[in-house]
Amino acid sequence: MCLAIPGKIIELVPDMPHLGVVEVTGVRRKVDLGLLADEPPEVGDWVLIHVGFAMSKISESEAADQMRTLAILGEDAAAMEEVRGYGLEGKEQP
Amino acid sequence: MRFVDEFRDPDVIARTSDEIRRLADPGRHYRLMEVCGGHTHAIYRFGLKDVLPENIELIHGPGCPVCVLPMGRIDDGLALARQPLVTFTAFGDMMRVPGAHGSPLEHKAKGLDVRIVYSPTDALKLARANPDRHVMFFAIGFETTAPSTALTLMRAKAEGVENFSVFCKHVTKIPAIRAILDSPDMRLDGFIGPGHVSTVIGCRPYEWIARDEKKPIVVSGFEPLDLLQSIVMLLRQLKEGRSVVENQYKRVVPWEGNRAALVAMAEVFDLRPYFEWRGLGFISQSALQLREGYARWDAERVFSVAGVRVTDPKAAQCGEVLKGVLKPHQCKLFGKECTPEHPVGALMVSSEGSCAAYYNYEHRKAAAPAKVLTPA
Repeated sequence: MCLAIPGKIIELVPDMPHLGVVEVTGVRRKVDLGLLADEPPEVGDWVLIHVGFAMSKISESEAADQMRTLAILGEDAAAMEEVRGYGLEGKEQP
Repeated sequence: MRFVDEFRDPDVIARTSDEIRRLADPGRHYRLMEVCGGHTHAIYRFGLKDVLPENIELIHGPGCPVCVLPMGRIDDGLALARQPLVTFTAFGDMMRVPGAHGSPLEHKAKGLDVRIVYSPTDALKLARANPDRHVMFFAIGFETTAPSTALTLMRAKAEGVENFSVFCKHVTKIPAIRAILDSPDMRLDGFIGPGHVSTVIGCRPYEWIARDEKKPIVVSGFEPLDLLQSIVMLLRQLKEGRSVVENQYKRVVPWEGNRAALVAMAEVFDLRPYFEWRGLGFISQSALQLREGYARWDAERVFSVAGVRVTDPKAAQCGEVLKGVLKPHQCKLFGKECTPEHPVGALMVSSEGSCAAYYNYEHRKAAAPAKVLTPA
C-alpha cells in the first residue's frame, strides 16, 4: 500500500476520460488517471500506481527501478495480485 | 558483513557506506527515524544495519497505517459488517488484522459478506452492481491512499450512488511526527522522510521540522542506495550544524507534491479534532473525516458507530515498538505467542510493520543465513 506499482499507459478510454488502460509487466487493467489532472496523461507515459490510481508520472528507467525494488522486497507477487485485482478479478479486462 | 547482493552498483554502495563512516563522528550516537512503512521494510530486507557503523541507529517510526490503528477501530468496522445487507470491503492488508473478536477474514469465515478490494473504486463498482446491498469501504492509509478515497467519493456523489459509504480511518503523516518529537522519551537526530507520501504532500509540510525543531529531514527513495544517500545527506547536515528539508528522491517527488490529489482531499476531507493512534495515544488533528457535503456517504453517520476502546493484549508491547522505544524482539511476545502466522498485534501482520519485517529478515535469518556479500 505504501509502495507504488509502476505501469505504462497504453490506451486512454475515449468516453471515460479519467480512465486509462495501464500495463504492468504484461497485465492490462483500467486505472484511474484523475489524480494526474495537473499533468495530463498521454499514451506511452509511465506512472506510479497506488490502489488503482496513477499518482505521478515517472521515467521509463525509474519504472524499471521501482519494479526491481518491489522484486527485491519480495513484494512483486503482491503487487501483481493487486494489479490483477483491479476491476474486481478483471471482469472488464482479460 | 551480510548484505543482500541483488543490487546494482555495489561499488557505489560501498563508496556511500565509506562516506557514512567518514561523516559519522565516532564519539556520537546517531538516532535517525524513518516514518514510512515501505522504508522500514526495505531497511530490514536490505540488511542496511550491517553496512552502517554501530553508532548509527535507525529507529522505525509509525509508518504502517494498519499498525497505528487501535484495535477498537477494527471492531467498529466489523460491527458495521454485521449490519443487515452490508458488504464490508477493505484492502487485503486489513484482512488478517486482529480485532478483539477476530479479524475481518475470521468474520468472513463466519459467513459475513467481507471482501478484499484492491482499489476504492472497486468498492464503488460493487455498490453499483449490487443495488440491494450497502457496500461499505474501510478506508485506511496515509496520504498515499487518501486522495484515491477522496476521488472515489467525488465520483459516488456525482453519480448519486446511494448504497455506498466510506468508514474513513485515514491518518496524516505530519501530526504523527510532531507527536514523536513532543514525546519526552524520544531523542532523535533526524528523519528519513517518506517517499510516496511526499509525492502527494510534497516537501513543504516538513519545513517546520527543520526550522522549528532543528532536525534535518531528507525525503528518500526506497532502494538501498537511496537510503544510504539519504543517511549521508542527514549526516552532512548534522556535521555542519544545519537542519533543512532535502529531497533525495527528486526523480519521483516534486517539491510541491501533487496538486490535483491535494485538491481532491481538501474537497472531501477535513481534519478530525483528535484521533487515537496505537502507541502514540490521542493526537490532535491527525486523521481525516468526511466533510458535511459527503455526510450521505459517511459510514459513521449512515450507521451508528460505537467507538469502542479496546486495550491491546496485555503482554503485547506494540505501542513501545511503534514509538521506537523498544525493538521488535524486545517485546515479550515476539516470536513466541506473536508470529506472522499467528499475529497478536498488527505490527506482525503487515509487511510494513516493523515486527513482521524484523521477524522475516532478522529472526528467520538467524536460523537460515542469507547470501553474503561484502560490498567493499
